[in-house]
Amino acid sequence: MEHSSQSLWSDAFDRLKKNRLAVVSGIILIILLVLAIFAPWIAPHSYAYQNLELGAVGPSSSYWLGTDTLGRDQFSRILYGARVSLLVGFVATAVALLIGVSWGIVAGFFGGKIDSTMMRIVDILYGLPFIIFIILLMVIFGRNIWLLFLAIGAVEWLTMARIVRGQVLTIKNQEFVLAAQAMGVRNISLFFRHILPNILGTIAVYATLTIPQVMLLEAFLSFLGLGVQPPMSSWGTLIRYGVESMEEYPWMLIFPGLIFTITLFCLNFFGDGLRDAIDPRSSD
Amino acid sequence: MLQLIFKRLLVAVPVLIIVASITFFLVRLAPGGPFDSEKVVAPQVLKNLNEVYNLNAPLHEQYFDYMADAITGDFGPSFRYPGRSVSEMILTGLPVTFELAFYAVIFAVFLGLLAGIIAAVKKNTALDYIPMAIAMLGICMPTFLLGPLLVLIFGINLEIMPVSGWDALPGDKVLPAITLGAAYAAYIARLSRGGMLETLNQDYIRTARAKGLSEFKVVMLHAIRGGLIPVLAFLGPAIAGLIGGSFVVETIFQIPGLGRFYVEAAFNRDYTMILGTTIFFSALIIFFNLLSDISVAIFNPQARS
Repeated sequence: MEHSSQSLWSDAFDRLKKNRLAVVSGIILIILLVLAIFAPWIAPHSYAYQNLELGAVGPSSSYWLGTDTLGRDQFSRILYGARVSLLVGFVATAVALLIGVSWGIVAGFFGGKIDSTMMRIVDILYGLPFIIFIILLMVIFGRNIWLLFLAIGAVEWLTMARIVRGQVLTIKNQEFVLAAQAMGVRNISLFFRHILPNILGTIAVYATLTIPQVMLLEAFLSFLGLGVQPPMSSWGTLIRYGVESMEEYPWMLIFPGLIFTITLFCLNFFGDGLRDAIDPRSSD
Repeated sequence: MLQLIFKRLLVAVPVLIIVASITFFLVRLAPGGPFDSEKVVAPQVLKNLNEVYNLNAPLHEQYFDYMADAITGDFGPSFRYPGRSVSEMILTGLPVTFELAFYAVIFAVFLGLLAGIIAAVKKNTALDYIPMAIAMLGICMPTFLLGPLLVLIFGINLEIMPVSGWDALPGDKVLPAITLGAAYAAYIARLSRGGMLETLNQDYIRTARAKGLSEFKVVMLHAIRGGLIPVLAFLGPAIAGLIGGSFVVETIFQIPGLGRFYVEAAFNRDYTMILGTTIFFSALIIFFNLLSDISVAIFNPQARS
């Protein structure tokens, strides 16, 4: 038997490859991402062009997913909606990541009083009706997309902070860190050389699992009419319009709903697969 | 146990005060008053209105007046519905929302536990994979999509369920309860499956089997406790999500509950209504979190310290 030494990451990648569901999800997500990025070149019609004479027609060869009540091409609108929805997903997750990871690292790394105070704050914030505050913010300060990123990110960081802190605590108490400390390695390099590389996997996993949460929240707000404003459309807005006219034109609800659900499905499966691959013990 | 309850209550009070204060100032900072969007109002009328609603006093005075009243459960008059107080509106909306949430939770717990337990006992068979795949779908399908789809299928196409309303037609509570409960059923199925799997590997389960208990008794008497703990821990925070879900469900099905009142108040800039409901929702969430902590402590002695 020959054993080649493998890094943690290529090891994890091998495990991920064996999880078919995760691989399929990953491929679908990549396709979606490409479609979203290149939407202006791919979309067969303009997302804003209204053809009032045409009105809402079902799927056909020229309008693959039909048109909405204003005669706008559904397929193009869904493509452009993907840009907004995915953008919100990534940016708000990045905000959550930034706050949550720094919070968790500081709490876990310094421990003691700092830790208990910081985690107490997280506990308290956990119990607050954030959804209400977000609605309030959007109503008061207008439907600004940047505010949306910030507000959603500010809510979703809590879980991240808890997980990162737990990880930092576990790793901090392992022998190799103690050894490094004993050899006089300074806090900064101790952290960047020894602790951070070991928690990157966990961070990647939970970032992947936060994206669908964020997208759900955005769609929820858009559904209530508090999210992205026309003529721009996210998948949440498309679903909202779809619901309004689902009795006569069910395709206006079904296609955006389908694509939204599939995306969340894939993100969750890919995130689960990633977790199993990076930390095989934690599978539920 | 009493100490736990006492400690948590000690935190809850300042948290509520902070929530109330933040909301109060946030709402006051907002551009546009509650009487803005209506027809042009004569300056004198506006002045009188502001006087009636105590909007002329300095902000800090308004704040202390409001907080003093709020402690006694008086959230002031509604801006939008003259002659009605916020507390009164909360009291009319609350039973409706509670009833809806109650049915949703019953549905979620029953279906979720059933699926989770069966999936754990029949691990790695079709009875495990299929319910878990459906559960994943339940988690991914948002309330605002599931509700309309159910209406489209059962209300409009099959015509076997009412499309909307509350307490008006027989069966009009079924679809809203399922819509609100579905995601929770899914989470509960996953959590109870995980908890059960862990418990089924424990020594005391082996002992129970060794002394000749039937598999049914082993599961229903012994293993189920382990399956329930994560579910109980989940139920508290789930209430917070349930409130958000009630906004959507009550809007879709036109149910006159607290959630719809809140969304309407937010759109109408009904200051006092927003404030009142926010404080009320926060109190509710803190209370249910406490309740779920206590029930976890009862079921799981390890969590008591």
